[in-house]
Amino acid sequence: MIGLVVVSHSPKVADGIGDIAAEMSGDNHIETAGGDRQGGIGTVPDKIESALAAADDGDGVVVLVDLGSAVMNTEVAIERSDVDAVIADGPVLEGAVNAAVAATSSTATIESVRKKAENASDIDKR
Amino acid sequence: MSDAGSAVVATVENIAERIEAERDHLTELDSAIGDADHGGNMARGWAKAAEKARALEDPAAAAVVKQTGKTLMSEVGGASGPLYGGSLVFASAEIEDGMTEESVVAFAETYLEKVQERGDAEVGDQTMVDALMPAVHVLKKSIETDGLSPIEALAKAVDAAERGVAFTVPIRAAKGRASYLGWRSVGHQDPGATSTLFILETLLETAQTYIDADDSTVISVDAASPTASDRVDTEEE
Repeated sequence: MIGLVVVSHSPKVADGIGDIAAEMSGDNHIETAGGDRQGGIGTVPDKIESALAAADDGDGVVVLVDLGSAVMNTEVAIERSDVDAVIADGPVLEGAVNAAVAATSSTATIESVRKKAENASDIDKR
Repeated sequence: MSDAGSAVVATVENIAERIEAERDHLTELDSAIGDADHGGNMARGWAKAAEKARALEDPAAAAVVKQTGKTLMSEVGGASGPLYGGSLVFASAEIEDGMTEESVVAFAETYLEKVQERGDAEVGDQTMVDALMPAVHVLKKSIETDGLSPIEALAKAVDAAERGVAFTVPIRAAKGRASYLGWRSVGHQDPGATSTLFILETLLETAQTYIDADDSTVISVDAASPTASDRVDTEEE
């Protein structure tokens, strides 16, 4: 099963997006990594690395990220981690929902889930 | 403790002190075009790095730099963690076999390369690259082409970084949080370029102290004949 991680500068945003995506994710587990070490607004690689390990059951992890440093700190976490993980370059909320759905497929791979998450860039709101 | 190792520990301590002194200044610059955390984040990270550097027993220069990078990555948070810290970790490998003119230039080049790779920034994006790239290029040219001493080369690099910081004022941010402001970023000095200059200035000051004060302090050669290639021990960046 492909794991999902949501990374945001805000713990509330990360958890909230995790909650929304979890509605569509069946039994799949979604981990979140939000905020800096002190619980303030920011991102740190250590938290993301722990989330990667928690989300992985051996099939790999797709990570949804918000702004700038979330991308960089996720890259650092992936480099340090033994988990096979990729960043999906799409909007963090819609991407997480798409990824959650895609990850329920029995034939899902990290690439297929990443692709679905990145397709969220083209979602029309109306 | 190796001479180069103790010089690098002193450099880290001095940078921590300088960044702490500039904390409010950096935060002020960052609150104009960013998220107002650069001063606090950097001060916290470098203070922790200095504390850890002091605690090392008999460290090699590369080990101090590597540990400093790792500490910055964990403690600074935000984009500055991977940019300042992650790049130090990679670059530290260049000085593992000792600090020579060649290895210090390689260190500086790797540091720049990693900053650019991670941040995906070019000169003109209103980022630390605007100070760092001219500094590294001038350092390299001064040593390799102009045959200047490491201290002279570093002084020229600091001058180049200073011009780079000034260059960030009239341009528009294309990377980092400031890029969300679009044209409103014009007219503001980049905090990352500024802290990069402070680090380079401190590097130069520390190097000068170690080499001018007492040539037996750092330079691990026959005190009667210090050679140019041994005079780069304090240049950790």
